[in-house]
Amino acid sequence: MATATIERLIGKSIKRREDPRFITGRGTYVDDVKLPGTTHAVFVRSPHAHARIKKIDTTAAAKHPGVVAIFTGKDMTGVNSLPCGWLLPDLKVPPHMPLASDAARYVGDPVAVVIAETEDAALDAADKVKVTWDVLPAVSATDKADARTSAQIHEVAPSNVAFKWQIGDAGAVDTAFRNAARVVKKKIVNQRLVANPMEPRACLARYDAATGDLTLWVTSQNPHVHRLLMAAFVLGIPEQKVRVIAPDVGGAFGSKIFLYNEETICSWATRQIKRPVRWTSTRREAFQTDAHGRDHVTEAEMGFAADGKIVGLRVKTIANMGAYLSTFAPAVPTYLYATLLNGVYTIPAIHAHVTGVFTNTTPVDAYRGAGRPEAAYLLERMIEAGAAALKMDTVEIRRKNFIPKFDNGFQTQVALNYDSGNYAAAFDKLLRMLDYRKARSDQEAARKQGRFLGIGFSTYIEACSIAPSKVVGSLGAQAGLYESGKVRVHPTGGVTVYTGSHSHGQGHETTFSQLVADELGIPMEQIEIVHGDTGAIPFGMGTYGSRSASVGGTALLMSLNKIKEKGKKIAAHLLEASPGDIEYANGQFQVKGFPGKAVPFGQVALTAYVPHKYPEGLEPGLEETSFYDPSNFCFPFGAHACVVEVDRDTGQVKVLRYLAVDDVGNVMNPMIVDGMVHGGIAQGVGQALLEGAVYDKDGQLVTGSLMDYCMPRADNLPVLKVDMTKTASPSNPLGIKGCGEAGAIAAPVAVINAITDAIGSEDLAMPATAQTVWQALQKANNRREAA
Amino acid sequence: MKLPVKMTINGQMYSHEVEPRLLLVHYIRETVGLTGTHVGCDTSQCGACTILMGGQAVKACNFFAVQCDGAKITTIEGLAKNGELHPIQQGFWEKHGLQCGFCTPGMILAAHQMLERYPKPSEEQIRHQLEGNLCRCTGYHNIVKAIQWAAEQMAGKK
Amino acid sequence: MYAFTQHRPATVRQAASLLAKQEEAKLLAGGHTLIPTMKLRLAGPKHLIDLSKVEGLTGIEMRGRSLIVGAMTPHVEVQTSPVVKENFPALAELAGKIGDPAVRHRGTIGGSIANNDPNADYPAAALGLGATIITNKRRIPADEFFKGLFETALEPDEIITKVQFPKVNKAAYVKFPNPASRYALVGVFVSKRGSEIRVAVTGAGANGVFRVSAFEQALKKRFGVKSLEGLSVPADGMASDIHGSAEYRAHLIGVLARRAVAAAG
Repeated sequence: MATATIERLIGKSIKRREDPRFITGRGTYVDDVKLPGTTHAVFVRSPHAHARIKKIDTTAAAKHPGVVAIFTGKDMTGVNSLPCGWLLPDLKVPPHMPLASDAARYVGDPVAVVIAETEDAALDAADKVKVTWDVLPAVSATDKADARTSAQIHEVAPSNVAFKWQIGDAGAVDTAFRNAARVVKKKIVNQRLVANPMEPRACLARYDAATGDLTLWVTSQNPHVHRLLMAAFVLGIPEQKVRVIAPDVGGAFGSKIFLYNEETICSWATRQIKRPVRWTSTRREAFQTDAHGRDHVTEAEMGFAADGKIVGLRVKTIANMGAYLSTFAPAVPTYLYATLLNGVYTIPAIHAHVTGVFTNTTPVDAYRGAGRPEAAYLLERMIEAGAAALKMDTVEIRRKNFIPKFDNGFQTQVALNYDSGNYAAAFDKLLRMLDYRKARSDQEAARKQGRFLGIGFSTYIEACSIAPSKVVGSLGAQAGLYESGKVRVHPTGGVTVYTGSHSHGQGHETTFSQLVADELGIPMEQIEIVHGDTGAIPFGMGTYGSRSASVGGTALLMSLNKIKEKGKKIAAHLLEASPGDIEYANGQFQVKGFPGKAVPFGQVALTAYVPHKYPEGLEPGLEETSFYDPSNFCFPFGAHACVVEVDRDTGQVKVLRYLAVDDVGNVMNPMIVDGMVHGGIAQGVGQALLEGAVYDKDGQLVTGSLMDYCMPRADNLPVLKVDMTKTASPSNPLGIKGCGEAGAIAAPVAVINAITDAIGSEDLAMPATAQTVWQALQKANNRREAA
Repeated sequence: MKLPVKMTINGQMYSHEVEPRLLLVHYIRETVGLTGTHVGCDTSQCGACTILMGGQAVKACNFFAVQCDGAKITTIEGLAKNGELHPIQQGFWEKHGLQCGFCTPGMILAAHQMLERYPKPSEEQIRHQLEGNLCRCTGYHNIVKAIQWAAEQMAGKK
Repeated sequence: MYAFTQHRPATVRQAASLLAKQEEAKLLAGGHTLIPTMKLRLAGPKHLIDLSKVEGLTGIEMRGRSLIVGAMTPHVEVQTSPVVKENFPALAELAGKIGDPAVRHRGTIGGSIANNDPNADYPAAALGLGATIITNKRRIPADEFFKGLFETALEPDEIITKVQFPKVNKAAYVKFPNPASRYALVGVFVSKRGSEIRVAVTGAGANGVFRVSAFEQALKKRFGVKSLEGLSVPADGMASDIHGSAEYRAHLIGVLARRAVAAAG
């Protein structure tokens, strides 16, 4: 039987299999799941940033028509604190109860839940819940949280310090700076951001009193993590009685990793009232309660030799944790930030000190990039400052400092061991795409007409495919970070794949199908991908940190290999050959060198389930599960460039061109990878120009809606030009590095560097709104006049 | 006091008694049960609930159901005819104009109105006309391409 | 959303009598400001008087040398009307810059003017063109209509029925949108009608839309960008928030006024 070689799908821009349901309005998001008898939860939240709760009077509210139940923190006996999943040495972990009963510590902190027949009835009744507050002084500013005069937020955390942490060699930096030709110093603020996935968080909890089973539909990036933390740690329900389903999820960007108060309370409440309980966040609630991102205030110093070589880096960062420690909060400004401060440069001495502080603000945790954008922003602002101080070209100074090409391992000064890299190559490709020389001459020509153009660059490195369990465990993670993949071959040759990864826009149903189709040589139509349901999939860690293809994909690959190995034994028996002589190719098991002597995949599958003619001692069935724990992180990298024009009169910035060269290792589906890069760039441009969560000094969130928090729109962005270099990662057999966060890491600083280039000013805070840029222009003018 | 309301959605007549404060978007999602129209904000900025009413793209979160008595409405579920995708739907698929899919129904219906008004829109026009629709996944790059693709297809069909 | 009673009058008279009779009643025009406010429970009228079934409140026509726009006319109709485009291109352009396409399909001129949001666009046009606000009771010159933040000369049972714009020789509107809400952070409307010059500013004033007499005086001498050189608006009396300080807003008024004069030609 001769078979044509089947075309490989990996590496091709296959149209997405999930799209037909989305473009016809047939996706199923949590709020689309409707159950009979559902009640609606509305939370009574603190209007104050910091206030003791003296009394909660629910009498009037309870009488409101349609009210089913009202609970306060005091009712939730036997319920534990929401856990922090990453413990640093000497970390102060204050209790974080699902419903605060002693004090509220940020605007939006829930103190009671009203459950009613309809959402309107619950809202009306919630208005009638009377809370007597004793308003306390609040602290919201990151760099003032530990001041002596600031109010203390938690008993366990004097001066509001959650942790002090350091990495690197302080002495080496001191020595390096003593010998440096120049040391540049900068205060760098990475502002607070709100992830704002378009789908707000939501949950629907159903308790079945007859069986004792609890089902929770929730907007989650990692349903098993949700189940583990909520059932085992907080509510004390055995995990086998809890099923967590994260169906279609409308974007997440980190904000749906964490265990939140609301799903915990709804899961608890459904067990009390024995009816389904539903909650869907409004956008206003999302602004107040979705974990925010970034929020660093940093003093950085970078030393240079006279020739522009970096000799050392010293960093002191204060990272705002918000009012409580969100699930993975302590990891973000430490292991996901300071360990990346080596960037793509040879930096012989680095020391970073990080203080995590509590404030009366929404908890801060991972948001797209998580720590890595902060590191890239710092490095690329410092290197610009170095170029300015040494009067060097911004391109030249980067070239001078790149780590030379390597294929398998580069030990940084801050603990990480990079997998493979060719940083200059990506940068050179970018310069060619940009046509750097022409861009500079265009800039000059425009200047002569009074137009302010600017060119900005950034390079970045990312640690992703998070990550080896042993390593993260030693660093404080309370979980392993492997991934699971199960392959079930059906008797007629169809395949269902169960992955622990979770897609909330990443297109796993397509990319994983490509992988399975290639490995098994069967058409994609024969493959189903199942994810997001703890009742179906093996224990999985979910999707964040650009890990699904490299970690989840490898777990799948391992199961596929096991399937093939078992298949070989079955086929050998059918073909009366030795298993060692069987190979798998083009969808059939064949005797090596004799493609005519073969059995197709489907026949082997059928034989596995109808094992009449079957090898002695071999288990029937064809189903394999694997857990893959990577040996190292993967380290994607890249270089981005941005050309802006600044309106001299108003300060308005227009992004004229945006170019990116990313190296994400091997690519499964270029269309999908490019799409994720586009989205990341948009979020990065958003951070640079538009976005910023602002609290006033009393801890009120000033940017509490889309009217005040500016999300990038289509007309804020130009056509994006993205390209790749490919340096396979040696860390996993697929050679994949990861692509989900690249754009968000590289873009902010490329844009800011372009603006400072345009206006000839060193200092510019993000977001660089028109007003901010105008003020910087004024300052620069004044300086010029003074000089 | 509940009020009677009648409207045609995707060619089918619906008739209910509803509270005056019921928003059209909730009527469509909860009462009628068409959940393709999404709610992404509470200030009418995001456009996830964009529908066509009398042929015009409007945000369903900005109407009371009772205001729409007698209206003719198309939601995303009603755009494909006889199982055949509308060219804009097809364009979003071809050009990878969506990732999580949440903003997609609103984007597609906003694009529908746009292409009626500007059959051959420039890139700048497309971006400007999408100012009422937010997407957090795609950076709009492929949404623009999807609409350009659809415009070409639709021009070819005429 | 708080509960309310819905009323659907068929005439302006009925609407006015409902407005007079019912306590905590509000008119519902396009609803594109009111409904979001109600959703956030920032407004909770007990009675909502829906004007959509009231006859005779829409339409655009030239009457002599005036443009008459019905109060319930949505922005998109003003934006695309050939009559407006021919006679009041600046007004058509302004309408096309309000909100986004979906908002323009439903938001109305009457609703915008009656609400007098300090960042809305239409008040700048009304003041900048010297419009007359016609109600069920009287005719109110724009100069006397806008009284402060969300405050107007309208009496409790008064309903805007039409807005009348006198034809001008030159006019232009330049808007600097708040990037998040797309309301005007600052918007400047300039017009020239014979010797009458108007420079109306929305978005910037701490007390809502206002005219800049210093600019008007200067432009009266000669209607050209040069006339505004060296002139500025003091930051005193400007609104200040996270989107723009009083100084920045004052500065923008100067920039936008010069651009508007240039655009008006």
